[in-house]
Amino acid sequence: MYIIVVGAGKVGYYLAKELLEAPEGHEVLIIELDAAKVERVTQELGDIALRGDGCEAATMEKAGYGRADMVIAVTGDDEDNLVVCQVAKAKFSVPRTVARINNPKNETIFKQLGIDTTVSATAAILAQIEQELPIHGLIQLLGLKGGGLEIVEVKVPQRASVVGKRISELLLPQQSLITLIIDSDGTPRVPSNDTVIRAEDQVIAVTRRETEDALRAVLTNSSSPDATGH
Amino acid sequence: MKVVIMGCGRVGATLATWLDNDGHDVTVIDIRPDAFKRLPAEFKGRRHAGNAIDQDVLARVGLRQADAFVAVTQGDNRNVMATQMAKHLFGVRRTLCRIYDPIREEIYRDLGLETISPTLVGAQLLMDLLDKQPVAGDGETEA
Repeated sequence: MYIIVVGAGKVGYYLAKELLEAPEGHEVLIIELDAAKVERVTQELGDIALRGDGCEAATMEKAGYGRADMVIAVTGDDEDNLVVCQVAKAKFSVPRTVARINNPKNETIFKQLGIDTTVSATAAILAQIEQELPIHGLIQLLGLKGGGLEIVEVKVPQRASVVGKRISELLLPQQSLITLIIDSDGTPRVPSNDTVIRAEDQVIAVTRRETEDALRAVLTNSSSPDATGH
Repeated sequence: MKVVIMGCGRVGATLATWLDNDGHDVTVIDIRPDAFKRLPAEFKGRRHAGNAIDQDVLARVGLRQADAFVAVTQGDNRNVMATQMAKHLFGVRRTLCRIYDPIREEIYRDLGLETISPTLVGAQLLMDLLDKQPVAGDGETEA
């Protein structure tokens, strides 16, 4: 494949390097405005860098956008990456465009404007954190001053033993109260004694600092729970 | 009408002042608070320091209720991005986008943006002046 990478910062540099080393044997061109960065690429990766503005038509002609299979815009600025990809599509009909975005909220507009793929380090790290949460199990939402009470959130895992049980059947620690349940699709339910716990529910509860672990055990343990008596 | 202007440079500040004088509801956004010095003291509109290619900032200035959005920062790409956000995310009916680079301007006009290239407009004005009043011998310049 002929792949054009726009931006020779750290991301662009290592991306080009990996692409060159890939067994598929890609043809790679890297476009960069800054002369020092162009120099570094040329010295270390060979004659694969073109100095210029990646969204200026003259540079694009010279770079051969017309025959590129893929354009990847990885400068540090979302607006530049957007324009690189939009112009590549509109003027040169590049089949596949990839844009790096810093603000994860820009994903929607980029998609709407026809960018094929967006990559956001911010979003990737966030997703990683969210994935880690179920392992942790319980998040403190709010500490209530004075009373030793706090409001916490617990996500009910798929295999938790509480799944399918009514709240009245749960052996919650003393002074713990389930105040709200949010479905996996985001619908909130105000629980009563008859409310049934479902997998992936987010349970919002009031509890004491000391009974936090016991509460988590009740809601997340997959074996028969024995977290009683607190 | 309610107008949001992105960029408080010479053009942005002048446009904001004119619209304000005509009684319009004007908000100017600029990433550098210093830029608002270009507005006259009696300017009645809002000055908002922030990054206008951030949709949270655009929401905060009430772009959804705006009748028009004008992008006149120094960066063509910033203008292009903000204008498309105003149009597609916030449903602003009238959006105007300044693009210095004539080729990029043509591309985005084809993509449906209402664009203006000061490069072409300026060059054309100068050309017209030269055509209208060709330099003849050692004649004085006339208006």
